Amino acid sequence: MSAHFAPRIVTANHLLQGGVIYLADNDMWVDDIREAEILTDEADAQLRLLFAEQQPDTVVGAYLAKVTVTEHGPEPQHFRDQLRRTGPSHYAHPSDKRFENV
Amino acid sequence: MYKYTEFDKAFLLQRNSQFRAQVQRRINGQLTEEEFKPLRLMNGLYLQLHAYMLRVAIPYGTLNSAQMRQLAYIAQTWDKGYGHFTTRQNIQYNWPKLSDVPDILDTLAEVNLHAIQTSGNTIRNVTADHFAGAAADEICDPRPYAELIRQWSTDHPEFQFLGRKFKIAINGAIQDRAVIRAHDIGLQIIQKEHKLGFKVIVGGGLGRTPMIGKTIRKFLPESDLLPYIEAILSVFNQSGRRDNKYKARIKITVHEKGIEDIRTLVEDRFHRIRPTYKGLDQNILESIKMQFPPPQFVKADSTHFEQTYETDPIFRSWVDINTSEHKADNYVIVSISLKGHGQTPGDATTKQMQVMAQVAEDYGHNELRISHEQNVILPHVHKSNLPQIYKALRNHGLATANIGLISDIIACPGMDYCALATARSIPIAQDIAGRFKALKIEHEIGPLKLKISGCINACGHHHVGHIGILGLERAGKEYYQITIGGDATSTAAIGERVGPGFSAEEIVDAVERLIYAYLDMRKEPEETFLRTYQRVGLAPFKTALYPKTALAA
Ligand code: HEM
Ligand code: SF4
Repeated sequence: MSAHFAPRIVTANHLLQGGVIYLADNDMWVDDIREAEILTDEADAQLRLLFAEQQPDTVVGAYLAKVTVTEHGPEPQHFRDQLRRTGPSHYAHPSDKRFENV
Repeated sequence: MYKYTEFDKAFLLQRNSQFRAQVQRRINGQLTEEEFKPLRLMNGLYLQLHAYMLRVAIPYGTLNSAQMRQLAYIAQTWDKGYGHFTTRQNIQYNWPKLSDVPDILDTLAEVNLHAIQTSGNTIRNVTADHFAGAAADEICDPRPYAELIRQWSTDHPEFQFLGRKFKIAINGAIQDRAVIRAHDIGLQIIQKEHKLGFKVIVGGGLGRTPMIGKTIRKFLPESDLLPYIEAILSVFNQSGRRDNKYKARIKITVHEKGIEDIRTLVEDRFHRIRPTYKGLDQNILESIKMQFPPPQFVKADSTHFEQTYETDPIFRSWVDINTSEHKADNYVIVSISLKGHGQTPGDATTKQMQVMAQVAEDYGHNELRISHEQNVILPHVHKSNLPQIYKALRNHGLATANIGLISDIIACPGMDYCALATARSIPIAQDIAGRFKALKIEHEIGPLKLKISGCINACGHHHVGHIGILGLERAGKEYYQITIGGDATSTAAIGERVGPGFSAEEIVDAVERLIYAYLDMRKEPEETFLRTYQRVGLAPFKTALYPKTALAA
């Protein structure tokens, strides 16, 4: 069963900041996907999602995102999750250098 | 411009303090997300991919320099230094923090701006011709009517929880610049035997079931406006479908029941409602009209302008392309392009907003407009000021001479921001604009409306683009469908799909093939892309788009 389960991570938006965050294995929320806990077991993944959903005063919109495990850590499989990680493709956030002298 | 009364101000402040308390209760955990979501949406606050998004209404697209400066200040203080102007004459901030939103709303209220009715199943921000009050072809300024509808519908108890959102647009000129045939209700001001009134169109809309609105009343006297709208709304409230979110739009009701049936229902309802309107609305309308006086037009010597126009070809090209005919002598309307090649359509930085505010203050009677085409308008400019305006704009990347050309693209935020998106739109718009700049054929192509949406909701109006691009997803990849022949004006039409979609890598080449096919086929340079399509039909464009299939067949 779990052999066919594509690895997942738990991701959400931060309630106050709005930003994209990931659940780490120490129960902390982190903004670097490389620190996200990789869930390879379906039951485990559901439990971690439940854990996230029980924190409505910290996070909104928690869900499980499919990832591929690489040597650089988890890589989102879907381009939507890829965009959530990198930010909008037209501006180099968060540095925003481009706005300084316009 | 409409002057907000003490009542309006008190109302805004009360709404804001209510929302401040709601945000606090959400942060304290007293409100769940399910409870809070409708409350934040009522105040224009969405949760997008990377952050919250605040949508601020710019009623009928009209604002003054002080308001534009305040928008700039908000972008600087609570966002990342820019804002996005949309097809609904709103501005969207992409990065506010939840806890800052009450402060942002208070800051907006200082200049009488707000985010009310920018979302939810209400009567949304009434949109109007962005050249209102200025255009040479204007019959009557549509904004007082838009304002009347705004006042009447804001917090109207019966219309806060409609089956679905409801959009009204109003146009007061010969040319339709407000896309009234793609709205739930479209109002066209007309004059009949020296009497003002409206042609009323219902059931237009884009989204997953695009439809061109149908005329329900050929001439509605001015004084019957509100009771007639109320009649339409209550018929819609009764017979509109609530079983299915996608079908709960008046366009579906009109389509399913037919315009004749709807007309009978509406007229019947109207005759019952009409007597309850005792003329108070007309008094209010008269006082609103007084708030939209024309500016104090000036006379000035235009010699310097004439000279610059003769001697500076780049300036001349900007004047030719980015200005439109004004009703006053020696005045023009200036369209400031927010579509610099490679820029994000509709985005303006803090500095750019400040510059536009300053230019309007110095040379434009203090007035600005936001167009549904995601550009900013200086509605009243004396020709003698054009050289200075051009210089000020050019220094801040605001003098691109491309209004109405292929790089003047409407693009929704797409998957770069939007939680509902199926594909990106912004990078596609950037690539297309960049390609045609490099090819140097943009001016040769002439008027062309290219519009891109990042999902079926069609916020980027792709259905009514001469070329429309719809971003979808297939097997985990973005792909793009092309429609051609759409038209947003008084000859409105929904574009026809040409064939299978293209990947992100292929789409720019595909558009280029379409354009070269058009250039080959047009009879004369004056024949626009749209006219050529109307003359030759879909087939030759299809052959150009899918050369391999054509060879094989
Ligand atoms: C980024 C957040 C946005 C969200 C979540 C959103 C959501 C939606 C949805 C769900 C619809 C379909 C409504 C229906 O068919 O009933 C829609 C339609 C529309 N939206 Fe947006 N939108 C967003 C941004 C924008 C922007 C940036 C613009 C302007 C550029 C815009 C303008 C429109 C327009 C013109 C329609 C077509 C309405 C119609 O005729 O049905 N929206 N939007
Ligand atoms: S068309 Fe779709 S992707 Fe674009 S803004 Fe609207 S909802 Fe978002």
